[in-house]
Amino acid sequence: MAKFLFVTICTVANLFAFLPVIHGNNFETKATQFFSSGHTNNWAVLVCTSRFWFNYRHVANVLSVYRSVKRLGIPDSHIVLMLADDMACNHRNPKPATVFSHKNMELNVYGDDVEVDYRGYEVTVENFLRVLTGRLPPSTPRSKRLLSDDRSNILIYLTGHGGNGFLKFQDSEEISNVELADAFEQMWQKRRYNELLFIIDTCQGASMYERFYSPNIMALASSQVGEDSLSHQPDLAIGVHLMDRYTFYLLEFLEDIHPASQANMNDLFKVCPKSQCVSTPGHRTDLFLRDPGSVLITDFFGSVRKVEITREAINLTNPTELPQDLTSLRNELKSEALFYVDQLPVADIIHQKPKQKDWHPPDGFILGLWSLILLVFFKTYGIKHLKHIF
Amino acid sequence: MGLLSDPNRRKAITSLLTRLNTPICVVCYLAGIAWFMGLAFEPFTLRTYMSENAMGSTMVEERFPSGERALATAREFAAHKKKVGGMPVDWLVKTMRAQGLEVFTQSFSRNLPFPDESKERFVVRGTNVYGILRAPRAPRTEALVLSAPCSPGNSNNQAVGLLLGLAQYFRSQIYWAKDIIFLVNEHDLIGVQAWLEGYHHTNITGMGYTPLQGRAGSIQAALSLELNSDVVTSLDLVLEGLNGQLPNLDLANLFHAFCQKLGILCTIQGKLQRSDWDTVEGYTHSAQTMLLMVLKQASGRPWGEHGLFLRYHIEAASIRGVNSFRQYKTDATSIGRLFEGMVRKLNNLLERLHQSYFFYLMPSLTRFVSIGYYMPAFGLLTTILLLRALDLWVHLGTPTPVTEDGVGEGESPSSPGLLSVLTPVVISHLTGVALYTLPVLSQEMAVEHFPVSETEAVVLTAIAIYTAGLALPHNTHRLISGEGTEQGWRVLKLVALLYLAVLLGCTALINFSLGFILAVTLVPAAACVTPHVPKALSAVAMVLLSPGCTILYCVFLFQELQEVPVSLAEGWMLFLSVISQGILDHALYGSLVYPLLALLVYPCWLLFWNILFWK
Repeated sequence: MAKFLFVTICTVANLFAFLPVIHGNNFETKATQFFSSGHTNNWAVLVCTSRFWFNYRHVANVLSVYRSVKRLGIPDSHIVLMLADDMACNHRNPKPATVFSHKNMELNVYGDDVEVDYRGYEVTVENFLRVLTGRLPPSTPRSKRLLSDDRSNILIYLTGHGGNGFLKFQDSEEISNVELADAFEQMWQKRRYNELLFIIDTCQGASMYERFYSPNIMALASSQVGEDSLSHQPDLAIGVHLMDRYTFYLLEFLEDIHPASQANMNDLFKVCPKSQCVSTPGHRTDLFLRDPGSVLITDFFGSVRKVEITREAINLTNPTELPQDLTSLRNELKSEALFYVDQLPVADIIHQKPKQKDWHPPDGFILGLWSLILLVFFKTYGIKHLKHIF
Repeated sequence: MGLLSDPNRRKAITSLLTRLNTPICVVCYLAGIAWFMGLAFEPFTLRTYMSENAMGSTMVEERFPSGERALATAREFAAHKKKVGGMPVDWLVKTMRAQGLEVFTQSFSRNLPFPDESKERFVVRGTNVYGILRAPRAPRTEALVLSAPCSPGNSNNQAVGLLLGLAQYFRSQIYWAKDIIFLVNEHDLIGVQAWLEGYHHTNITGMGYTPLQGRAGSIQAALSLELNSDVVTSLDLVLEGLNGQLPNLDLANLFHAFCQKLGILCTIQGKLQRSDWDTVEGYTHSAQTMLLMVLKQASGRPWGEHGLFLRYHIEAASIRGVNSFRQYKTDATSIGRLFEGMVRKLNNLLERLHQSYFFYLMPSLTRFVSIGYYMPAFGLLTTILLLRALDLWVHLGTPTPVTEDGVGEGESPSSPGLLSVLTPVVISHLTGVALYTLPVLSQEMAVEHFPVSETEAVVLTAIAIYTAGLALPHNTHRLISGEGTEQGWRVLKLVALLYLAVLLGCTALINFSLGFILAVTLVPAAACVTPHVPKALSAVAMVLLSPGCTILYCVFLFQELQEVPVSLAEGWMLFLSVISQGILDHALYGSLVYPLLALLVYPCWLLFWNILFWK
């Protein structure tokens, strides 16, 4: 009995001894999680590809995503907003200077601080691709550029009229899914993003993300190939549909997200099931390296500074060992210089040409030598033989 | 060898053609008629649907409040109309200006070629009043027109009242993207024609008018109101316009959609839709509606004020309020809301209506038949003419061993044959020209010598010339060289058949109903006539199938379908008035039915009459 008691007291004492260590380990794992996403800044590219009064709902879609993204922390300088912007001041708008997203005019998403970067006829396929790849003329102002780097998480939201494999831009041109995939590959090769979230709300939207082949892209679409995305919120006073179904429920979902929210991508995939959306939303995560369950919504929709106040001390490294480790590291680093992989291995091609190691006499010399031999021959054996040659 | 260049195969085909010609013709004729009648059968028709994306559904909130005030305005208008004894121009100008519209007037005058007995006018002088509601934020590039006629007596006051009420309500809204023109015209169609000609700077019909002072941009659509009573039980839609032109089907769809939304009964051709399409009564009802539309379209006259807008590519329809004995009545506020909804949806348009059909027939307001479905009926009838022509060509081509110059004629029936053909053709067309010009020109002479009025003189002169043409063959024979008479009439018939086929084809492309009705009567006559049929019987048959009698049958049929059957004498008087109206329509609005019949169809029929009496 006494032995049993002793053992229990020992165990309990050990537990208490280890407790702070365990707690510290927990905190350290949390600290490691701090830097797990790998991004340091957030960008958003929001595009509405339609114009005209009866496409009111596409503009309202984009403006509601814009509103959520701004509310969660991404500043205007990091948002590229492309809109035809002919709704708020349209002659047919009974409430000028407003764009509503809920019927009975509950929510004005136009507000008074909307910054449209590409408006009117500037929303073209060429401008969109130039924004993504960064190939803009030097005169382009900063507000129209996507100045992302290799630690940026970018949210790309497209809405409008689309079909199987294409998206219609303003009634006169189209962008195909192949073009889009190639643009994203260009972005990857130029290291213009860390991770990309692509959301599209059009008819047959899933066809647009079928062709992606660059890493670290996650894509969501409002409908599968062969399905139409439906509109929602018919408003009789304004006379048009105000929103599309998918974005309406997306907006409802986003309204519950705040900057400290821990909601992850799996919740986003559940937005607007078939019972609400009538179409089947789809998503694609095979190109994404992390598990979607560990990706926070705010990784893409917000610009969240990773700040956490703690009263604990966290041992990052041993400070006295630091310089030695660093110098040893530096020595190791010095030995091998790092290069970028050659896009076009010109050096190899040049090296493949055979080097002229053996020396040949110049060609003219050989000709001269042979003519000399001939002349000597004919001089010796008689000039009359020369006339056979000349 | 090819099918046609191999002489054996060619002979086989041609013998097949000549052997089976008559049976195929009969089958084609019956099939054509059956196809046409089958168009009214509901499973063969399509349900109407809204094609224009920009117009969308009826998603609009109508808030027009003041139906009663509109009726009060109507009473005021009636009082002023009675006081002035015509159109109260000053009162209208004052009222519209008080509502904030830009008001302008236009005076016009027109001398009719002869007095119009149905409307009792000869020299017409009048004034149009129109007010422009400028869109508050839009550039003045596009416009919509709402018009109501100012008719003498007590009719159409409520239409003008509602127009003014709508103008007042529209003035306080800010969502107009197009200017709206509110037009009150005098002397119905003549006034509209004067206004349209002034607006578009044209002068097609010789109207005298003062130029318009105010203008609003290109007109996208127009609606015309006709309301005779304070309460209506149903609204009738009138689509047929000048020369059988129809507005875009989307306008009819829009009207029907709003009638459904507001719970107003709507009709077309004055007939309500029935749901029992599989019964005989249901089918006859649809067939009657469709035949009414066909007859109205064939007459080529505008059946509402909207009919004159169509010429300028302005989609227009007339809406007529009908007060029949029904329990459920609609008040002026609902009608105002209907117009508000329609105009608001037309306001949403970015381009003219062009997505839906321009050529269609409507067996009921929710069912339509497009040109692709009704043209084969006409095509089958024209095939008969072509088959007959081919048959004649084959006969002309095979050399007959008897005649000495048969070979030469057989190979080229054109050169000696054409000259003999030319004479009847020229004489028939000269008769046609006489039929076209003489009635109006010689009315004074006729009035001098006979105790008839000018209108009667014109009509009776026309009928006299028409009947005089029947005597032609006896006289023209002296002019024709009688060489190769067997071949002669064949050549003439060949030319006449091809001429008729081309004529009917072109007519059907523009005005399918007119082409089809003429084909139904003329094709059997043209196909069967030869000099060898019994003369007396076939003469009677040909007269019964002539264009003039076709018009007579159509008049009787029209009255039957309207459920107002007439006796023979009344029918004859109606027939005379139809002829005079046709001539007047041509002079006033440029309707093409009268010149077509007089200058082209009648000479063609005369050619066949000549063949019948060929010696």
